Amino acid sequence: MSHTTDLPAWVALIVAFLLVLGSGLTLLGAIGLVRFQSFYERVHAPTLGTTWGAGAILIASIICFSVLQSRPVLHEVLITIFVVVTTPVTLMLLARAALYRDRTEGTPGVPQFEAAGEPGAERPGTSD
Amino acid sequence: MSGVILILALTLSQMLLVAAMACAIWRLVRGPRAQDRVLGLDALYVAAMLVLLTFGIRTGSTTYFEAALVIALLGFVSTVALAKFLMRGEVIE
Repeated sequence: MSHTTDLPAWVALIVAFLLVLGSGLTLLGAIGLVRFQSFYERVHAPTLGTTWGAGAILIASIICFSVLQSRPVLHEVLITIFVVVTTPVTLMLLARAALYRDRTEGTPGVPQFEAAGEPGAERPGTSD
Repeated sequence: MSGVILILALTLSQMLLVAAMACAIWRLVRGPRAQDRVLGLDALYVAAMLVLLTFGIRTGSTTYFEAALVIALLGFVSTVALAKFLMRGEVIE
Protein backbone atom coordinates (compact mmCIF):
# COMPACT_ATOMS: atom_id res chain seq x y z
CA MET A 1 0.00 0.00 0.00
CA SER A 2 2.94 2.35 -0.45
CA HIS A 3 2.06 3.86 -3.81
CA THR A 4 -1.22 5.34 -2.59
CA THR A 5 0.66 7.68 -0.26
CA ASP A 6 2.71 8.98 -3.21
CA LEU A 7 -0.36 10.61 -4.72
CA PRO A 8 -0.99 14.32 -4.04
CA ALA A 9 -4.05 15.00 -1.93
CA TRP A 10 -6.17 16.54 -4.71
CA VAL A 11 -5.49 13.58 -7.01
CA ALA A 12 -6.44 11.15 -4.24
CA LEU A 13 -9.65 13.09 -3.60
CA ILE A 14 -10.61 13.10 -7.30
CA VAL A 15 -9.82 9.39 -7.67
CA ALA A 16 -11.76 8.54 -4.50
CA PHE A 17 -14.78 10.57 -5.63
CA LEU A 18 -14.80 8.97 -9.08
CA LEU A 19 -14.45 5.47 -7.61
CA VAL A 20 -17.37 5.91 -5.22
CA LEU A 21 -19.49 7.56 -7.95
CA GLY A 22 -18.87 4.77 -10.44
CA SER A 23 -19.43 1.90 -8.05
CA GLY A 24 -22.52 3.57 -6.58
CA LEU A 25 -24.07 3.99 -10.02
CA THR A 26 -23.24 0.38 -10.85
CA LEU A 27 -24.99 -0.71 -7.67
CA LEU A 28 -28.03 1.44 -8.58
CA GLY A 29 -28.19 -0.29 -11.96
CA ALA A 30 -27.97 -3.70 -10.31
CA ILE A 31 -30.75 -2.78 -7.84
CA GLY A 32 -32.84 -1.74 -10.83
CA LEU A 33 -32.09 -5.12 -12.37
CA VAL A 34 -33.56 -6.77 -9.29
CA ARG A 35 -36.55 -4.47 -8.69
CA PHE A 36 -38.05 -3.85 -12.14
CA GLN A 37 -41.03 -5.99 -13.03
CA SER A 38 -40.79 -6.98 -16.69
CA PHE A 39 -37.82 -7.97 -18.83
CA TYR A 40 -38.19 -4.97 -21.13
CA GLU A 41 -37.81 -2.64 -18.14
CA ARG A 42 -34.95 -4.65 -16.70
CA VAL A 43 -32.92 -4.49 -19.90
CA HIS A 44 -32.37 -0.75 -19.36
CA ALA A 45 -31.00 -0.97 -15.82
CA PRO A 46 -27.48 -2.48 -16.27
CA THR A 47 -26.54 0.19 -18.82
CA LEU A 48 -26.10 2.55 -15.86
CA GLY A 49 -23.16 0.38 -14.83
CA THR A 50 -21.66 0.19 -18.30
CA THR A 51 -21.83 3.91 -19.07
CA TRP A 52 -21.15 6.01 -15.96
CA GLY A 53 -20.06 3.14 -13.73
CA ALA A 54 -17.35 1.88 -16.04
CA GLY A 55 -16.62 5.43 -17.25
CA ALA A 56 -15.98 6.90 -13.81
CA ILE A 57 -13.84 4.00 -12.60
CA LEU A 58 -11.80 3.98 -15.82
CA ILE A 59 -11.26 7.77 -15.57
CA ALA A 60 -10.14 7.26 -11.97
CA SER A 61 -7.70 4.56 -13.11
CA ILE A 62 -6.35 6.80 -15.90
CA ILE A 63 -5.78 9.73 -13.49
CA CYS A 64 -4.19 7.50 -10.82
CA PHE A 65 -1.70 5.77 -13.13
CA SER A 66 -0.93 8.96 -15.08
CA VAL A 67 0.05 10.77 -11.87
CA LEU A 68 1.95 7.77 -10.47
CA GLN A 69 4.02 7.18 -13.61
CA SER A 70 4.34 10.91 -14.57
CA ARG A 71 3.21 10.23 -18.13
CA PRO A 72 -0.17 9.85 -19.84
CA VAL A 73 -1.38 6.29 -19.31
CA LEU A 74 -4.23 5.86 -21.73
CA HIS A 75 -4.64 2.11 -22.22
CA GLU A 76 -7.84 2.16 -20.13
CA VAL A 77 -9.43 4.08 -23.00
CA LEU A 78 -9.39 0.75 -24.84
CA ILE A 79 -11.79 -0.80 -22.31
CA THR A 80 -13.95 2.35 -22.35
CA ILE A 81 -14.35 2.33 -26.13
CA PHE A 82 -14.94 -1.41 -26.15
CA VAL A 83 -17.61 -1.36 -23.43
CA VAL A 84 -19.39 1.67 -24.91
CA VAL A 85 -19.48 0.12 -28.38
CA THR A 86 -20.48 -3.42 -27.39
CA THR A 87 -23.16 -2.77 -24.74
CA PRO A 88 -25.86 -1.48 -27.14
CA VAL A 89 -25.11 -4.32 -29.55
CA THR A 90 -25.48 -7.05 -26.93
CA LEU A 91 -28.55 -5.58 -25.27
CA MET A 92 -30.33 -4.99 -28.58
CA LEU A 93 -29.61 -8.56 -29.66
CA LEU A 94 -30.89 -9.80 -26.29
CA ALA A 95 -34.05 -7.67 -26.48
CA ARG A 96 -34.73 -8.89 -30.02
CA ALA A 97 -34.30 -12.49 -28.91
CA ALA A 98 -36.68 -11.92 -25.96
CA LEU A 99 -39.23 -10.24 -28.26
CA TYR A 100 -39.01 -13.15 -30.69
CA ARG A 101 -39.54 -15.66 -27.89
CA ASP A 102 -42.50 -13.69 -26.49
CA ARG A 103 -44.09 -13.41 -29.94
CA THR A 104 -43.76 -17.08 -30.77
CA GLU A 105 -45.26 -18.04 -27.41
CA GLY A 106 -48.09 -15.52 -27.77
CA THR A 107 -47.39 -13.68 -24.54
CA PRO A 108 -49.93 -10.87 -24.05
CA GLY A 109 -48.59 -7.34 -24.13
CA VAL A 110 -46.09 -7.65 -26.98
CA PRO A 111 -46.81 -6.62 -30.59
CA GLN A 112 -47.43 -9.58 -32.81
CA PHE A 113 -45.90 -10.36 -36.20
CA GLU A 114 -49.05 -9.28 -38.04
CA ALA A 115 -48.75 -5.74 -36.67
CA ALA A 116 -45.85 -4.96 -38.99
CA GLY A 117 -47.22 -5.99 -42.39
CA GLU A 118 -48.13 -9.42 -43.65
CA PRO A 119 -47.95 -12.36 -41.23
CA GLY A 120 -44.42 -13.51 -40.62
CA ALA A 121 -42.83 -10.90 -42.84
CA GLU A 122 -41.06 -9.01 -40.08
CA ARG A 123 -39.65 -11.86 -38.09
CA PRO A 124 -36.50 -10.67 -36.36
CA GLY A 125 -33.32 -12.40 -37.30
CA THR A 126 -34.24 -13.44 -40.81
CA SER A 127 -32.46 -10.52 -42.43
CA ASP A 128 -28.92 -11.19 -41.23
CA MET B 1 -3.82 11.31 4.81
CA SER B 2 -4.52 11.13 1.10
CA GLY B 3 -3.54 7.47 1.15
CA VAL B 4 -6.07 6.78 3.91
CA ILE B 5 -8.82 8.53 1.93
CA LEU B 6 -7.96 6.56 -1.18
CA ILE B 7 -7.84 3.23 0.66
CA LEU B 8 -11.20 3.93 2.33
CA ALA B 9 -12.75 4.92 -1.01
CA LEU B 10 -11.33 1.78 -2.64
CA THR B 11 -12.76 -0.42 0.10
CA LEU B 12 -16.18 1.25 -0.12
CA SER B 13 -16.11 1.00 -3.90
CA GLN B 14 -15.27 -2.69 -3.81
CA MET B 15 -18.06 -3.35 -1.30
CA LEU B 16 -20.59 -1.52 -3.50
CA LEU B 17 -19.43 -3.46 -6.55
CA VAL B 18 -19.69 -6.76 -4.70
CA ALA B 19 -23.24 -5.80 -3.70
CA ALA B 20 -23.95 -5.09 -7.39
CA MET B 21 -22.55 -8.52 -8.26
CA ALA B 22 -24.81 -10.07 -5.61
CA CYS B 23 -27.86 -8.37 -7.20
CA ALA B 24 -26.82 -9.67 -10.62
CA ILE B 25 -26.36 -13.19 -9.22
CA TRP B 26 -29.81 -12.96 -7.60
CA ARG B 27 -31.30 -12.15 -11.02
CA LEU B 28 -29.18 -14.91 -12.56
CA VAL B 29 -30.58 -17.48 -10.13
CA ARG B 30 -34.16 -16.22 -9.77
CA GLY B 31 -34.76 -14.92 -13.32
CA PRO B 32 -38.15 -16.16 -14.46
CA ARG B 33 -36.98 -16.75 -18.02
CA ALA B 34 -33.75 -17.44 -19.87
CA GLN B 35 -33.28 -13.89 -21.14
CA ASP B 36 -33.37 -12.57 -17.56
CA ARG B 37 -30.56 -14.94 -16.67
CA VAL B 38 -28.49 -13.80 -19.64
CA LEU B 39 -29.08 -10.18 -18.61
CA GLY B 40 -27.93 -11.00 -15.06
CA LEU B 41 -24.79 -12.64 -16.46
CA ASP B 42 -24.10 -9.52 -18.53
CA ALA B 43 -24.39 -7.24 -15.48
CA LEU B 44 -22.29 -9.72 -13.48
CA TYR B 45 -19.30 -9.63 -15.80
CA VAL B 46 -19.37 -5.84 -16.08
CA ALA B 47 -19.29 -5.57 -12.27
CA ALA B 48 -16.49 -8.15 -12.09
CA MET B 49 -14.48 -6.15 -14.62
CA LEU B 50 -14.90 -3.01 -12.49
CA VAL B 51 -13.81 -4.91 -9.35
CA LEU B 52 -10.63 -5.95 -11.16
CA LEU B 53 -9.97 -2.32 -12.12
CA THR B 54 -10.31 -1.23 -8.49
CA PHE B 55 -7.86 -4.01 -7.53
CA GLY B 56 -5.50 -2.55 -10.12
CA ILE B 57 -5.73 0.91 -8.55
CA ARG B 58 -5.22 -0.57 -5.08
CA THR B 59 -2.11 -2.57 -5.93
CA GLY B 60 -0.68 -0.17 -8.51
CA SER B 61 0.02 -2.92 -11.04
CA THR B 62 -1.26 -3.02 -14.62
CA THR B 63 -1.74 -6.80 -14.66
CA TYR B 64 -5.35 -6.42 -13.52
CA PHE B 65 -6.04 -4.15 -16.48
CA GLU B 66 -5.28 -6.98 -18.89
CA ALA B 67 -7.55 -9.36 -16.98
CA ALA B 68 -10.33 -6.74 -17.14
CA LEU B 69 -9.80 -6.38 -20.89
CA VAL B 70 -10.07 -10.15 -21.36
CA ILE B 71 -13.29 -10.21 -19.30
CA ALA B 72 -14.77 -7.39 -21.41
CA LEU B 73 -13.91 -9.18 -24.68
CA LEU B 74 -15.13 -12.62 -23.64
CA GLY B 75 -18.25 -11.22 -21.97
CA PHE B 76 -19.30 -9.49 -25.18
CA VAL B 77 -18.80 -12.65 -27.22
CA SER B 78 -20.61 -14.84 -24.69
CA THR B 79 -23.64 -12.54 -24.41
CA VAL B 80 -23.95 -12.30 -28.19
CA ALA B 81 -23.69 -16.09 -28.49
CA LEU B 82 -26.33 -16.60 -25.79
CA ALA B 83 -28.70 -14.08 -27.43
CA LYS B 84 -28.22 -15.85 -30.74
CA PHE B 85 -28.92 -19.17 -29.04
CA LEU B 86 -32.12 -17.83 -27.47
CA MET B 87 -33.35 -16.58 -30.83
CA ARG B 88 -32.38 -19.46 -33.10
CA GLY B 89 -31.83 -22.44 -30.85
CA GLU B 90 -28.26 -22.85 -32.14
CA VAL B 91 -25.18 -20.66 -32.12
CA ILE B 92 -23.38 -21.52 -35.36
CA GLU B 93 -25.53 -22.37 -38.35
